[in-house]
Amino acid sequence: MKALMAAVITTALAATLASPCLAADEGACFVASSLVQADFPLPRVAAAIAHKQLNVVVLGSASSTLPGATGAAKAYPARLDASLQRRLPGVAIKVVAHVKARETAADMVTTLRQVLKDEKPDLVVWQTGTVDAMLSIDPDQFQSALAEGLDALRDGKADGVFMNMQYSPRTDSMIAMGAYIEAMRFIALQREILLFDRLAVMNDWNEMGVFDLSATTKKIDIAERVHDCIGRLLGRLIVDGANLAQASNTGAGNMETPHREIH
Amino acid sequence: MPPVTPPGRDLRLDLFRGLALWLIFLDHIPSNMVSWLTIRNYGFSDATEIFVFISGYTAAFVYGREMDNRGFIVACARILKRVWQIYVAHIFLFVVYMAEIAYVASSFDNPLYSEEMGILNFLKQPDVTMIQAMLLKFKPANMDVLPLYIVLLGGFPPMLWLLKRSPTLGLAVSAALYALTWRLDWSLPAYPSGTWFFNPLAWQLLFVFGAWCALGGAERIAPFARSRAVFWLAVAYLVFAFAITMTWYVPHMANDVPHWLTDWMYPIDKTNLDVLRFAHFIALATLTLRYVPRNWPLLASPWMRPAILCGQHSLEIFCLGVFLAFAGHFAMVELYDGISMQVLVSATGIAAMVAVAALITWYKNVEARKHGPRQTPPNADLAGGEA
Repeated sequence: MKALMAAVITTALAATLASPCLAADEGACFVASSLVQADFPLPRVAAAIAHKQLNVVVLGSASSTLPGATGAAKAYPARLDASLQRRLPGVAIKVVAHVKARETAADMVTTLRQVLKDEKPDLVVWQTGTVDAMLSIDPDQFQSALAEGLDALRDGKADGVFMNMQYSPRTDSMIAMGAYIEAMRFIALQREILLFDRLAVMNDWNEMGVFDLSATTKKIDIAERVHDCIGRLLGRLIVDGANLAQASNTGAGNMETPHREIH
Repeated sequence: MPPVTPPGRDLRLDLFRGLALWLIFLDHIPSNMVSWLTIRNYGFSDATEIFVFISGYTAAFVYGREMDNRGFIVACARILKRVWQIYVAHIFLFVVYMAEIAYVASSFDNPLYSEEMGILNFLKQPDVTMIQAMLLKFKPANMDVLPLYIVLLGGFPPMLWLLKRSPTLGLAVSAALYALTWRLDWSLPAYPSGTWFFNPLAWQLLFVFGAWCALGGAERIAPFARSRAVFWLAVAYLVFAFAITMTWYVPHMANDVPHWLTDWMYPIDKTNLDVLRFAHFIALATLTLRYVPRNWPLLASPWMRPAILCGQHSLEIFCLGVFLAFAGHFAMVELYDGISMQVLVSATGIAAMVAVAALITWYKNVEARKHGPRQTPPNADLAGGEA
């Protein structure tokens, strides 16, 4: 019990120290904070930050980039890079995006193995699910591809963060995502992997009126702001995960279930 | 509009099938707050189980009687006629779906969603898409129930024959097929990849179980189903399922579920009618039978009439529900998707389902009166609801 209290206090302290920069970096992207919470620690990211050198790989399909010449620079992987630079001054940050359209989770596992070997990242953000849902890949196969990818991450000594689908009101009734959403949430919980719940976050933005996601616009500005916010929130999640690892190392070691009220 | 109630009809079947149709409609509208009311959020099973079970029950009731009166061949012919009607209804819904997709494809071009728009790629090769849809391999989102029903009913004649000869053997064959499907991973292929969302080889168990109950099984297990021990077992299981379901919505509660339990329990497979879902439906049915007897006074009350009317015309109302879910979602996206709109769309949809069901009943009453006393041959729609 005492250990638990100590853990809560330490993490609360860590969160308080970090909070001014949090508030500054989120601006208009505010969402119910419960949607972006570090439930599990990111020990390898914490170690990398301590060594002042953090390598991140973003593995994704088409929704991890934006169309157009400046698309990649405005998409969330680049915005994540910027967010981490702001949050972790003094740490050399490198974010590399491996984005290929129409890749299923199983296709990405091959890329993932290669990337782990060639680039030795500390963290892989793995965005997937949409393509599998559109091709109606067997959800069991999808789930085993995720598990295989996580095994590869473990063997490659990298942390992982899942990112699920976008919330897309207009195609909501056309793509049956349910089974794939559940598979990702389930595997994330079971294997204690952080999940950036892009679906819930974007749904919340749409509901709160932060972004009108059913607008029939051909302009890129809303898309760019959405990606900017995703980059910022993802940055926050990663730093929180690293703090959590730090806290459970230095603080009261045996913290089994991380506490959620630390923000 | 008084429902058509010949003697011997079990109105509970109509009532619960009508309610299931409403729930399926609500669940099919994406991002609809009202769907929080539906049973899938409070346990393992959902409206699909109710629908399939009652469909099996009424199919056996109606076509079993037909078999007694007019022989096996005529009963088969009637079953296949019904299969054809359902197939045509499915193709009609597919056309509606294509129209919606084609509209979205031509009007919506948000760069944020270039990936999701990939779902419209099949418009570029209509030849393949159309043929795969007619083969029931390509099934757009939310259009999985009717193909399941087509296969279940299409395969029903030999099973009905067997159930009439030896109910226990029929049920045993069905359970064996279910077990083999699980063991050997049998499934039907889908297009562009994967398998059917509802595997008919597994779901047939519930359909045949419904049929078995209709052909005398219900009376046979009644003393057992009404026993105290079974009652408490059912209550305990429903409470357990409720608690587990809650952990899906309150993530930190998920950590309180022991690992050995999650390893054993998950995934709860809807495609292959997970045994946990089947058990959940049985538990619900046990409690329902206890509290809603056949002569339940409320069954005659006007409050129950809307659901009963819908349940009596299940194919028409089901199709209408799928269409209304498309249309309702479309209205929400185009106009406004706040909670008030979600409530409005849900309520309007159910009202439309009830109104159409009442209209069909009215028309059938008029037709029946016109034919007068000549109207004697057993009619599936009048004798026990539609199969």
